[in-house]
Amino acid sequence: MNAATPTKAYFYGTCLVDLFFPDAGMAGIQLLQRAGVEVVFPEGQTCCGQPAYNCGFFEEARAVARTQVALFPQDLPVILPSGSCAGMMKHHYPDLFRGQPEEAAVRAFSARVYELTQFLVDVLDVKLEDLGQPVKVTWHSSCHALRDLGLKGQPQALIGQLAHVELAPLARERECCGFGGTFSVRHPEISGAMACDKAEDALATGASVVLSTDGGCLLNVKGVLEAQAAPLRVQHIAEFLWERTHAR
Amino acid sequence: MHGETDMNEGGPSGRFAPSASPLVHPHGVTERSPATPSDPSFRASATRALGDAQLRANFRRAMDGLMAKRAAQFPDPGDLQALRDLGTAVRARSLLRLPELLEQLEASCARNGIRVHWAETCDQANAIVLGLLKAKGATRVVKGKSMVSEEMHLNAFLEAHGIESLESDLGEYIIQLDHETPSHIIMPAIHKNKGQIARQFSQKIKDATYTEDVDELTALARKVLRQKFLEADAGLSGVNFAVAETGTLCLVENEGNGRMSTHVPPLHIAVMGLEKVVARLEDVAPLYALLTRSATGQPATTYLNLISGPRAKDEMDGPREVHLVILDNGRSRIYGDPQLQATLRCIRCGACMNHCPVYTRVGGHAYEAVYPGPIGTILTPQMEGVGRRHDLIHGSSLCGACSEVCPVEIPIPDILVRLRREATHADAGSKVAGKGTGQTMTEDLAWRAWAAVLKRPRLYRLSAWFATRFRGLIPGGMPLLKAWTMSRTTPLPAPRSLQERIRKGGLPHV
Repeated sequence: MNAATPTKAYFYGTCLVDLFFPDAGMAGIQLLQRAGVEVVFPEGQTCCGQPAYNCGFFEEARAVARTQVALFPQDLPVILPSGSCAGMMKHHYPDLFRGQPEEAAVRAFSARVYELTQFLVDVLDVKLEDLGQPVKVTWHSSCHALRDLGLKGQPQALIGQLAHVELAPLARERECCGFGGTFSVRHPEISGAMACDKAEDALATGASVVLSTDGGCLLNVKGVLEAQAAPLRVQHIAEFLWERTHAR
Repeated sequence: MHGETDMNEGGPSGRFAPSASPLVHPHGVTERSPATPSDPSFRASATRALGDAQLRANFRRAMDGLMAKRAAQFPDPGDLQALRDLGTAVRARSLLRLPELLEQLEASCARNGIRVHWAETCDQANAIVLGLLKAKGATRVVKGKSMVSEEMHLNAFLEAHGIESLESDLGEYIIQLDHETPSHIIMPAIHKNKGQIARQFSQKIKDATYTEDVDELTALARKVLRQKFLEADAGLSGVNFAVAETGTLCLVENEGNGRMSTHVPPLHIAVMGLEKVVARLEDVAPLYALLTRSATGQPATTYLNLISGPRAKDEMDGPREVHLVILDNGRSRIYGDPQLQATLRCIRCGACMNHCPVYTRVGGHAYEAVYPGPIGTILTPQMEGVGRRHDLIHGSSLCGACSEVCPVEIPIPDILVRLRREATHADAGSKVAGKGTGQTMTEDLAWRAWAAVLKRPRLYRLSAWFATRFRGLIPGGMPLLKAWTMSRTTPLPAPRSLQERIRKGGLPHV
């Protein structure tokens, strides 16, 4: 870490990690702490507002987003264990608040938002030491991490630092898993077909774990794998990285 | 063969504009009532398509091939982005000057001997085409590929008036034999495989013997079509780009049928959507480069026809008369909205559908629209009404694969979100067709309740407490979850939420 590296940062849990993957949230915080960052976890976190925004219910999304932005007043990085929510806060909040009185404040907030692996690689330049057993994993890029947020291989770079982990890429790594938030319930047939194909792709890699940085994709793929009783589990990348790199 | 690309939105309203002022925006919007059982249903059609293993295999294989061919044409991301930037700028600039360019196009065409006709609606466009054919006593028409003519349902219209209208693009010919509509804007018969076409030809073409050899099948169609070109009274085509400065109609194709249709018969009628105009001939170069590479992964097509008028006095061939029908069909309404205007940049390459995970699985017919795939999900609702096509607007996971490859960078996911908004809210000042007609009390209440909880952290905390404590008791059959669990297990919340753990135990320490 050089002198310009932040020593303090906010952590935003996101609703999916809060409810479904709390271990990933804990792990994310610990990865940051170990890299020398003091983590602030404000009370009052709920949801970034993306579901309502994506459905066109902008007033409702704004009402929620406003309360969330207010939780992060200091000029510190805001780190999320999710590419999709980070994409929402970073790239769609400015649109959502265009012409609103708080537009400038929201823009300043959005500029401070990072997805966890992005922050670990681009800002902290962390070095990981693998303490785990040999394992083969595969990586699912969430569409919003890839295209809204513009992640460029940071998660793969972190996985690549782990000496005993083999990364077997998906045949269709850039293809959507079919989650899409409300899409999965408005068009469950198409969504299900996409999810099944993603699960099949993951199984074909021979990996024993599917990693991703988005809870939505993980829930979706996990649901299919469980329904098919497939010998493959899903895990959030934060939890995976922490598990393998800390002495128990 | 993948000829033109035209588009148009077909709205029921949309007011057109005579040449003097080609883009008068509609004062009113035709409101549609909320979706009724007779309305098209993407979900129902898509579900049927998902059950058709052959169809899914055909699309998957074809789209994989097209994606690979496109990728091979753009080896350098920097070069690709530079070309996209240029193409986007050309289209955006053309739209910015659209009214002026259309007037200039009409004048330039007139100078070249091409007569320009303006149609506000598809009905008007059909009537113009029919009038031109009748004036010449034409009863046999050969067509080059044209999506605008699909929009007009021109074949059915002409046949109802006793005029034979034969598709000469191989893909279009194949589907016309089966009375089908295109399932892709560039490759209309892509839903069929070789074997299916072989069976069809052997049954429907006179004296044909069964063969699965592609060259023999093509030769079979060619033999039929060659005779038809020579007998035709008129040729009909689309337009990929119309050049305002020179009055040139550009037609991109691979089979030569476009040239035959526009060159051999004595009368040529071209139809185009009013957004197809560009200022200068130089503007065509980057758009052409993007179109062929994005569409079929070709560095160039076999033919690029630049049509600049009828046969001159000292010329041996070419049509005696050339007419250009310019169709609005809702486009000027789209043009009037600064965000939605980007829809009109489209050059109809089809790359969005080739890369779409939804289209790839359900195929083009499931969209029940002239324009399928991602561009169709933003265009069709703007043409037909956002309430009527509400399920189409939601027929996307917003994955962004479409906008990532779009040669003119149309932000399709952003426009989808905007149209979802328009479908459920009748905002004052909006010109969107059918705005607010997809609104339901159930959805309104659901989002209001959602916001009421999530803007109050204590209510959220309470909900999280319930969800984690009673996590095993969530009924799979409850609304929303029932759809989710069709192919997935019920998602199980953790025993304790992250926030609860931090509240009780504090932050972890390393």
